[in-house]
Amino acid sequence: MDLVRVSEYIWEIPKSGEMRVPARVYASKRLIDLAGRDQTWQQAKNVACLPGIQKMSYVMPDAHQGYGFPIGGVAAFDLDEGIISPGGVGYDINCGVRLLRTDFKENDIVTRKKELLAEIFKEVPAGVGKGGITKLSSRVLKEILVKGARWAVEGGYGLAEDLDRTEEGGQMKEASCEFISERALERGLPQLGTLGAGNHFLEIQKVDEIYDEKVAGVFGLEEKDQILVMIHCGSRGLGHQIATDYIELMGNEFGFKGLPDRELINAPFKSRLGQQYYKSMCAAVNYAFANRQMIAHWVRSVFEKVMGEARGMRQIYDVCHNVAKVEKHTVSGKEKLLCVHRKGATRSFGPGRAEIPAVYRQAGQPVLIPGSMGTASYILVGTAEAEEMSFSSTAHGAGRVMSRNEALRRFRGEQIRDELAKKGIELKATSWKGVAEEAAAAYKDVDEVVKVSHETGLGKLVARLVPVGVMKG
Amino acid sequence: MNKKIGNINCVPILKYEFLPHMADAKFRAYGHSLEEVLVNAATALVSLMWEADQVRPVRKESIEVEASSLEQLTVKFLTEFLYLLEVKSFLLAKVESVRVEQIQKDDSRLYRLEAKVAGDDVSPQYEIYGLVKAVTYNEIKIEKIDGGWLLEAVVDM
Repeated sequence: MDLVRVSEYIWEIPKSGEMRVPARVYASKRLIDLAGRDQTWQQAKNVACLPGIQKMSYVMPDAHQGYGFPIGGVAAFDLDEGIISPGGVGYDINCGVRLLRTDFKENDIVTRKKELLAEIFKEVPAGVGKGGITKLSSRVLKEILVKGARWAVEGGYGLAEDLDRTEEGGQMKEASCEFISERALERGLPQLGTLGAGNHFLEIQKVDEIYDEKVAGVFGLEEKDQILVMIHCGSRGLGHQIATDYIELMGNEFGFKGLPDRELINAPFKSRLGQQYYKSMCAAVNYAFANRQMIAHWVRSVFEKVMGEARGMRQIYDVCHNVAKVEKHTVSGKEKLLCVHRKGATRSFGPGRAEIPAVYRQAGQPVLIPGSMGTASYILVGTAEAEEMSFSSTAHGAGRVMSRNEALRRFRGEQIRDELAKKGIELKATSWKGVAEEAAAAYKDVDEVVKVSHETGLGKLVARLVPVGVMKG
Repeated sequence: MNKKIGNINCVPILKYEFLPHMADAKFRAYGHSLEEVLVNAATALVSLMWEADQVRPVRKESIEVEASSLEQLTVKFLTEFLYLLEVKSFLLAKVESVRVEQIQKDDSRLYRLEAKVAGDDVSPQYEIYGLVKAVTYNEIKIEKIDGGWLLEAVVDM
């Protein structure tokens, strides 16, 4: 592949053929070699061909092959000339991460860890066919799609300050249910407040290392062994169906001719279909915010029940990593509104951006990067440089390096459970086979991913977190 | 691999196989007819989530979909099993019958599929070990080959 090394961690694919802009990859040589085994670079080139793309087609350090856009792909489009693409957001709209901090230390919970995890497993529905809130009516679902996490907080799930510490305040205002199919709504009804399966998880974690004490302090991280809870999930069947529906609708209207991959299907941002998708996607984003809001509330209740109190439990932040948003960025010295697609990438706003809650505004936006099951996760902070480098985006996780089939051949869930237990990590899961598929060895080294983010300045390291208890859907 | 596709004798023996895919799952299904290749693709799809031969075929459901292309027909038909699972708590044991016909609707020619499927309710007696989020158009292929049909699809896990 025609990948040119610009510096230690920056690579470029120069413009060729139909490409309107070059593609840029942020990665170490090791990560480049891993991603080079699939179609990641070709997909980044394909994205560079789309109408209205600005500056470059960006690829984050954890990138791997996706559909249409690579996972770890970031692309921004002009609102007038540019497009919006469901494949540029992904099927799991607003798959994202929420992080809660507490004043507990590992020692405080060590004897209650098993019980905490067992109770969380009981309270938070996971896996397949495990319903969320029963008797949710279609009228209420529509209210949730418009109000997002705000609906949950108004209904007694959590605190008003949680909203402030969520991207978009937990509610994308442009959301509408008007253009969402009955099928998508039906898939959303039974799944609100559920974790789901696959790579989704809920972890009790502890602070392992603090790299930037000042910023860590602003985020509410004080010392080693402090207990946190991380929730990783998305918009469930509702988001998946909205993506499926709009790929079909856009295909019917515009056809797939000339597209190197059908999943690159798109519509002009300001077209009827483009706007209908955008508003429906915003509704799915809101559903996922409400979902994580409710799960966080249940976690809080479990701590109150088991520990007698949820000592200092406060939300640090909640980030989306599959989304398209209208944001202001500078292109050729001019500020303009763009439709930024982040597919498996995290927003990384630097200090001063108005979108960051006031408590963090001077420090920068918290960036939450979950590792694979049983490995470290990281908190980073957004930077001013990321604005220029990647439309304020960085990595979103580890990224797979081994297929699910291969993982199933190599690992057994029970064996992974035993190995984690030796490291003092409790594991609860709905299926051992599902655990084997998510084995840490099937993923890239998240340490290497965040190192590239830090070294390039896409997002700076704040703290390293390690799990003490894992619940896998 | 190509040799295998061209080998007529292979078609009736192998119903489906999984192809290498880094992040998600990709399968190739074979069939004597369009209907058979769709049934085998459905079997491949659900094998990622549960063991269909362990599920008792005690509950019946019907599927009806219309599509403007065979690729769309594939995506819509397979997505029905995700819908049945998530909304109707239904686990497929087997597809009992499938019929595909071409119909004229307004100005367009469409494929219309009707299927009868049998299975059981989701319950603790059946292990669900995976969840397919969506059936994608990525690298999708459905075509006539010597002696039958071939279908390839990538699903998002």
